[in-house]
Amino acid sequence: MEITAIYYLVPALIMFCCGVYGFITRKNMIAMLISLELMLNAVDINFAVFNRFLWPGQLEGMFFTLFAIAIAAAETALAIAIIINIFRAAKNIDVRSLNEMKF
Amino acid sequence: MDYSQFLAMKQELALLLVFLLVFLYDTFLPKKAQKGLPVFAIVLTLAATAAGFCCHCLGSACNTVAFAGMYETSPVIAAIKGILNVGAVIVLIQSIKWADSENMTMRRGEFYELLLVTLFGMYLMISARHFLLFLIGLESASLPLAAMVALDKNRYESHEAAVKYILTAVFSSAIFMLGLSFLYGLTGSLYFQNIYFALTANGSANLLLILSVAFVISGIGFKLSLVPFHLWTADVYQGAPTSVTSYLSVISKGATAFAFLVVLVQVFGSIYSSVWEWMLYALIILTITVGNLFAIRQRNMKRFLAFSSVSQAGYIMLGIIADNAMGMAAMMYYILVYIFSNLAAFGVIGAIENATGKVSMDNYNGLYKTNPRLSFAMMLAMFSLAGIPPFAGFFSKFFIFTGALNQGSVAIYVLVGIALLNTIISLYYYLLVVKAMFINDTETPLPTFRSSCSERLGLWITVAGVIGLGIVSWFYSSLLELAQVAPMNMYFIG
Repeated sequence: MEITAIYYLVPALIMFCCGVYGFITRKNMIAMLISLELMLNAVDINFAVFNRFLWPGQLEGMFFTLFAIAIAAAETALAIAIIINIFRAAKNIDVRSLNEMKF
Repeated sequence: MDYSQFLAMKQELALLLVFLLVFLYDTFLPKKAQKGLPVFAIVLTLAATAAGFCCHCLGSACNTVAFAGMYETSPVIAAIKGILNVGAVIVLIQSIKWADSENMTMRRGEFYELLLVTLFGMYLMISARHFLLFLIGLESASLPLAAMVALDKNRYESHEAAVKYILTAVFSSAIFMLGLSFLYGLTGSLYFQNIYFALTANGSANLLLILSVAFVISGIGFKLSLVPFHLWTADVYQGAPTSVTSYLSVISKGATAFAFLVVLVQVFGSIYSSVWEWMLYALIILTITVGNLFAIRQRNMKRFLAFSSVSQAGYIMLGIIADNAMGMAAMMYYILVYIFSNLAAFGVIGAIENATGKVSMDNYNGLYKTNPRLSFAMMLAMFSLAGIPPFAGFFSKFFIFTGALNQGSVAIYVLVGIALLNTIISLYYYLLVVKAMFINDTETPLPTFRSSCSERLGLWITVAGVIGLGIVSWFYSSLLELAQVAPMNMYFIG
C-alpha cells in the first residue's frame, strides 16, 4: 500500500477539529491550552505534508513548520504564566470563573 | 550574502536600537537613575521617528526590496510607520504618571520594552512580503501585548483580560495558520507575489480557496476586532491598564489595518470579485452597525471606547475597499486622525482614573463645573470621533466616504449609505458623554484636581492634532501625493 498525502491530511484535519471542539467545551484553562496546541500542531503537519508531497522542490513549508513550532512554544509559555497569575488571584483555573467583565 | 540589504530596514533597526538602549538602561543603571527611564525612552523614540521622516524626506527610503523579496519598503510604508511612531510617542508621554505610580516602579522598564517590541512586530507585519515574516511580525505584535495587558498585577480584571486576550489570540492565529497551510497547498509558495501569480493563473473560486481566504481574513480580522471576531475587545480594553488600552486601540489597530490592506491587495487582489468582495462588505456592515449598537448601552468609559473603536475599524475598512489612491490616502489620514482623537479621549480618562480611580460615565456628570479643561478636551475628542466639522474627524470620514464612492459601483453606494446612517447613530452615544459632562447635574461631581505635567502635555498635543489636522490641509494633500506615487501593486483593480 502506498502512503499518499491524504493519509496525513485527514488525521491532521481531525486533530484540528478535536482542538476546536476541546477549546470550546473544556472548562479548565490548561485543557483549553492543550486544545490550542493540538490545533497549532495540526497546522504544522499540514505544512510539512504539503511540502513533502505537493511542492517538494523547496523547503518553504518545512521552514514555516519550524518557526511555527517556536512561536507556539512562546505562546504556550506566556499563556501558562498568565494562567498562573489567575490561579494566584482566584485560587482556581475554571474558565467559568472569569466572569467579572461581560457584555 | 549581501549584508547591505539590512540598510533597507533602517526604521526597524532604529527601533531595535532604541529597544536595546532602553533595555540596557533598565538593567544596568542604579535605582536612582531609573526615574529618568520614561523620558529616556520617549526621547529615543522621538529621535527614531525624526530619523525615519528625515530619511524619507531625503528620498533614501525609496522602493526597496530586501531578502529575496521577503521585505519591502516604500515612501507610503515609511510614512505609515512614522504615523505609528508618533502615536506611540504620545502614548508614552501619557503613560508617565501611571508608570511612575507606586505599584509600577518595579516593572516600569518592562512596559517600555514590551511596547517597543510590539511596535517592531507591527513594522515587520507592514513590510513583510512573505507569510513567514508576516506571521512572526503578527505574533511578536500580539504576544507581548498580552503581557502588557496583564501588567497591573494588583487588579484582578487585568489578569482576566490577559487570559481572554491570549486564548483568543492563539485560537485566531491557529485559524489563520490553517488558512495559510491550505493556501500553500494550493499555490506552492508563501511569497505574496508568487501566490498572487498562481491565483491569477488559476483563478477559479473553488471551495478550498474560499475557505483559506476566509480563514486568513478572520485571523487578521481578530487583531482588527472586526465584528464576528470582536468579542474579546471590550473585556480586554476594560481590564487592561488605561495606557495599554490606548496603545491597543490606536497603534495596534492602525498597523493591522494597513497590514490587512497589503495582504488583501498583494495576495488576493486578483480574486477580489470572485471570492472575497462579499465577505468584506458583510464584515464592514456588521462591524460598523454592531459596534455602534453595543456602544450605546455601555456605562464604563473604557468599554464604551472599545465598542466605538470596533465601529471605527469598520470605517477604516472602507478605505481598503475604495481601492484607489484616494482611498489609500484617506485610510492613512483616518488612522492618523483616529490616533489623535482617541488618544485625547484616553488621555482624559487616564488623567481622571489616575487622580480619582473612577471610569464610569456616571462619574462624569457635572465634570464641566469642576474640571473645565479636561471636559473641553474630552468634548473635542468626542466631536472628532463623531465627525463634527471643523475637527479632523469630519474630514477623515468625508475623505474615506469620497474615496469609496469614487469606485462607483451600486453596491458601494449602498455600503456608504449604511455607513452614513451609522455616523448618525454614533453621534448619539458620543454626545451622551458630552451631555453627561456639561448638562447633567449632580450633587457630587468629581473633585477639582490638577493633572500631572505629562498628562497635560499629552492632552495639549492630541488636542492640537485634533484641531490642526482638520484645519491644515497640508497633511492630507501630502499623504495623497504619497499614495499616488505608490507602486501599482497596492491596488487590486487595474
